[in-house]
Amino acid sequence: MKEGRPRSFYVLAIFFAAYVLFLYGPMIAIYVLSFQGPQGGLTFPMNGVSTFWIAKLFQGTGIVDLGAAFRRSLLLGVIVMIVTVVLSVAAGMAFRRRFRAQSILFYSAIASLIVPSIITSLGISLEFRIVDDLIKAHWNENFETSMSLLTSGLGAHLTWTLPFGLLIMFAIFNRFDPRLEEAARDLGATPWQAFRHVVLPIILPSVIGIGLFGFTLSWDELARSSQAIGAVNTLPLDLQGLTTTVTNPDIYALGTVISAVSFTVIALALGTIHVLNRRQAAKGSDAGQGLV
Amino acid sequence: MDTSVDVLQQASPDLVRGGDTARAVKAARLSPSFVSWLQAGPMMLVFLAFFLIPLVFVVIVSFWDYNEYQLLPAFSGRGYTDTFEGCIAQLPDLCTIAKTYLKTLKLCFLVWAITLFLGFWVAYFLAFHVKSKTWQMGLSLLCTIPFWTSNVIRMIAWIPLLGRNGLVNSGLMKTGLINHPVEWLLFSEFSVVLALVHLFTFFMVVPIFNSMVRIDKALIEAAYDAGASGLQTLVNVIIPLSKPGIVIGSIFVITIVMGDFITIGVMGGQQIAAAGKIIETRVNALQFPAAAANAVILLAITFLIITMMSRIVDIKKEL
Repeated sequence: MKEGRPRSFYVLAIFFAAYVLFLYGPMIAIYVLSFQGPQGGLTFPMNGVSTFWIAKLFQGTGIVDLGAAFRRSLLLGVIVMIVTVVLSVAAGMAFRRRFRAQSILFYSAIASLIVPSIITSLGISLEFRIVDDLIKAHWNENFETSMSLLTSGLGAHLTWTLPFGLLIMFAIFNRFDPRLEEAARDLGATPWQAFRHVVLPIILPSVIGIGLFGFTLSWDELARSSQAIGAVNTLPLDLQGLTTTVTNPDIYALGTVISAVSFTVIALALGTIHVLNRRQAAKGSDAGQGLV
Repeated sequence: MDTSVDVLQQASPDLVRGGDTARAVKAARLSPSFVSWLQAGPMMLVFLAFFLIPLVFVVIVSFWDYNEYQLLPAFSGRGYTDTFEGCIAQLPDLCTIAKTYLKTLKLCFLVWAITLFLGFWVAYFLAFHVKSKTWQMGLSLLCTIPFWTSNVIRMIAWIPLLGRNGLVNSGLMKTGLINHPVEWLLFSEFSVVLALVHLFTFFMVVPIFNSMVRIDKALIEAAYDAGASGLQTLVNVIIPLSKPGIVIGSIFVITIVMGDFITIGVMGGQQIAAAGKIIETRVNALQFPAAAANAVILLAITFLIITMMSRIVDIKKEL
């Protein structure tokens, strides 16, 4: 910018920097504090530097069985991610044309996004309890519960991730040029080929974005899990349970480990998106490079 | 025209997940609305099974009876009468539920006002002052990344700063501004509002930014050429055109805070009552009809707020 910036630019730039500091400052504080020395407490100053608390976490001593919770959350996150991507892309394709019940689906998604999580969670838990009671009364007296990580828990998470997936698909197809597909069709592509070799390569970066939302929102999800996850806990639920009895930095260590997973996934996704965008920019779309 | 669009629509990953071309060709003969159903159906089913039917159950169960340990499927208004207990008898004093909702609305208003202020200016900076697309993308990403990380961790993160021996207190003591640690920094209404603002300003930034980038820059130049001051341009051009984003962001923030029980629980030291927390408490006591009744009340109030706000703007048009 040669023309010189107005004064408001500098004022707002400082404002923005302060906001970013506000966003990241506290998080960075606990990442640093999780490397406290063995004698260290919950606050600054640091009492030596060590990986004592993180190592302690992996030894599984002290707090609840975190390894199991970790694996459960990871499993659920991956499944939620896959289901969110597949269902969102499919529904996004459907929305490119009018169909009956279109607005019902749209408003369901929006409502699912803004109805308070505790209500959705309570509803799912009631639904499963009532189903359990019916099964006990009519079929099997010894039946315990149909509520579990991959039934009610998966459903609860999807009510949170699917609306984001659908909205991202809307954003994609708002800027999508349908002539590319028509060209493919004119060249004799079947609908599947047009999707696989034209549409998918173009929307792939955003589809990875949907996957990123799917995994991270599930990995950190708490409010919807709270009533609907069944007997076992996910990692965020265990972490929340620990907040009431914080006495030493192992809670920070746990926070750091959970965040490390989030940041790894974010970096992987953003890196892939970046590479794909670069490739698209360099070569044009690679649509049509291969045939089935 | 119809058929061309129809044929394109066959390209559903659902239909042809097997990658079987023969099936895709066969699918092309299916009626278009059937294909749409196959594409959108799975998502609709998820919402039906895990959102719409559960909501119906919430309403039904709110009219059931209960005892100490189980649900009794018989009509009863007990969930509601228990909730509003004392509301008439105690007049003119407010009953518990009224006080709780007033407190929740107050938190809601504070968080809304602060996130709107922060969100508006952050979005304004990104949309109008950051000229390069790369920088715009990078800085937006910087604001988004925390949203992909854990909320609980972002709450806990305030403990080393705001606690009794935290950075803020020790800093203030060192400078001699205070002699004793300030107690209201953590596990108080202050920390609840702070954490909510910290967590959810994102929901304000994104829709407002979206509205702002759509504003034709020529309009702003026109206002400038017509002699409008910066403030006049802001008030008469930018704010009205950002209104959809402002409304959508406000709906997000308000509904989140209205139903929140985790942030209020963790940051309030489990001491602050709020609309969402009542539901949690009732569930923990296994009083499901009372929990459901509270959920219905919360839902009704949330719905009321959204209806009022969506009068101002057509949400569907803005997405």
